[in-house]
Amino acid sequence: MTIAAIDRTPTAVPTELARGRGGGGPATKRVVVAYGFWIFILSDMVMFSALFAAYAVLRGNTADGPTGAELFNLRNVFIETMCLLLSSYTCGLGALSAERRHPERFLIFAACTFVLGAAFLVIEATEFARMVEIGAGPSRSGFLSAFFTLVGMHGLHVTSGLIALVYLVAQVMAKGLRAAVLRRLLCWSLFWHALDIVWVGVFTLVYLMGD
Amino acid sequence: MTHTHEHVFDDRTPGVEEHEPTASYLSYTVGLGLAILATIASFVVSQTELLWPPGIPVGLIVLAFAQIGVHLVFFLHLGSGPDSTNNILALAFGVLIVFLIITGSVWIIANLNSNMMPMSVH
Repeated sequence: MTIAAIDRTPTAVPTELARGRGGGGPATKRVVVAYGFWIFILSDMVMFSALFAAYAVLRGNTADGPTGAELFNLRNVFIETMCLLLSSYTCGLGALSAERRHPERFLIFAACTFVLGAAFLVIEATEFARMVEIGAGPSRSGFLSAFFTLVGMHGLHVTSGLIALVYLVAQVMAKGLRAAVLRRLLCWSLFWHALDIVWVGVFTLVYLMGD
Repeated sequence: MTHTHEHVFDDRTPGVEEHEPTASYLSYTVGLGLAILATIASFVVSQTELLWPPGIPVGLIVLAFAQIGVHLVFFLHLGSGPDSTNNILALAFGVLIVFLIITGSVWIIANLNSNMMPMSVH
């Protein structure tokens, strides 16, 4: 009741007095939580930028070993990219369904997101295994060390995202779409979209420019 | 405008936390379409001579930035609204740090490389 009463006022105030611009009272919990999580994502991006820098510096140091052009299979990379992009899409639709209080629709979209994310990981793991098998493992050259660190770190993030998704779906089923669960879901979808942004950098710098 | 907002808030289940109805299924679909276009363009540009070959890396970087922009706007809903102001400022700082780390490393190491004593190839 009180929440609704507080809420009606700010919509009437002029934009310069809106929340987030110093007026209209404190921001909602949802906005504050998303902002905090956004800061975490940006710090994660800073960490990835160090790995990107390391790869950019080491990409030519193949130590007479295999180069990117010999190792990369662009058809698989394209499939991986599409898997991740579509999972970002279904994740967004899932978050939206949850906000609009459609739990069954949310579960369907969450399942799609999980399957697409898992497909991405399977393709990536198969590629890694194939490379290690033909003697192009991370210890072969500086280029491959940087490659496995950067792409492997992204893969680890995707893995932890999938684990978190299972945990969230369990929460939705056990507790329903209550406010705290919705906020966690919002943070998770921010994380998942951010991983897709990192992947745009990976496929551009590593696969397309290294081919 | 005010009336629609009030209607939205009145419509909500009592006790449920309020939120801004910013996103829609349509905006995600538009974002997906644009992102797929940018992805396909990147792969085509890198594999064909559609662009002047020495310009391909620049073209790829431009396409990557365009796609990141699409993701930020349509998937992460960064906009010009009052609730986005702080997020955009934080993003600007993050972009500055990322830029400094990447270009700084590449620049410094390229310098070191070109100043290195010639080594015999074994």
